Amino acid sequence: MLDTRVWLTVGVIALVTALLRFLPFLVFRKSGKTPRLIEKLGRLLPFAVMGMLVVYCLKEVQFSTFGGFLPELIACLVVGALYLWKRNTLISIVAGTVCYMLLVQFVF
Amino acid sequence: MRKTVGLALRDTVPVLTGYLVLGFGFGIVLRSAGYGILVAFLMSALIYAGAMQYVAVGLLTGGASLWTVALTTLMVNARHLFYGVSMLERYREMGVRKPYLIFALTDETYSLVCGDLSCVEESQRKNYCFFVSLFNQIYWVLGTVLGAVIGSLIRFPSEGIDFALTALFLTVFLEQWLSTKKHAPALLGVGISASCLLIFGAERFLIPAMLGIALTLCLYREEGEHA
Repeated sequence: MLDTRVWLTVGVIALVTALLRFLPFLVFRKSGKTPRLIEKLGRLLPFAVMGMLVVYCLKEVQFSTFGGFLPELIACLVVGALYLWKRNTLISIVAGTVCYMLLVQFVF
Repeated sequence: MRKTVGLALRDTVPVLTGYLVLGFGFGIVLRSAGYGILVAFLMSALIYAGAMQYVAVGLLTGGASLWTVALTTLMVNARHLFYGVSMLERYREMGVRKPYLIFALTDETYSLVCGDLSCVEESQRKNYCFFVSLFNQIYWVLGTVLGAVIGSLIRFPSEGIDFALTALFLTVFLEQWLSTKKHAPALLGVGISASCLLIFGAERFLIPAMLGIALTLCLYREEGEHA
């Protein structure tokens, strides 16, 4: 069952993934030797990357039918509104997810 | 230490739900493609990158060459370079934990360790980052194995539960938004990603979006910064 090709494929994926994760730390190993530009990127990227991840999660949304975007829109509004009101991550996530599940399973 | 473990457990609950579900789904998909529990376990333990593992099932069944496998991995996981760059300072003095912390830096772990950690005592932040990373991987491996073992036996109306991860990223995004008056980087991230999504489509927008974001942030001048 576990033939060589499966092992090699899993190995290559693991290796390339680890390489991508370790590369920045290997290149900029010494403290104080990180270029200013990279430091700036490191400081600003979290803000931009979270925006990118939100878009990434919503990439399958399409506007040709109501069912293609309304569940996402409504659930995101629930998450956002609850978060601004309560400032509690868990409440927002649970309520938003339950709301989304009800919408996709029973409404749309 | 015990308090830190508790904090890490509390903060990883959203990831717990998301990872159990996504891992479970992956276990089912892998099993139905003809691979066993051992492969599922090894992939989640050694690769530990959710989206890529789903892609990997297609590569395995499709008989892709190792070059294709390597290139696909490079494309799908290139965003991890970003995480590394922004964690350089925080992870610098992590000692023996450092290799594992870097290995386990997934989207979700990153979203929990990249932000403001002021609710954790300063002396405990290293441990906090370690436990968050470890717990998240345990959830992922557990979900995967459960999916591979019992996925084909039971039915649960789980459609849509993966929204937990969208909601997690959204709350982190909002928290970061409220933490600063400078919204340009956040707006650039959303704007460039959305534009690239419209231009390149859902399957191919991530790489151009990352290049666009990196380039724009390099050119972006912060207040008080001299050119």
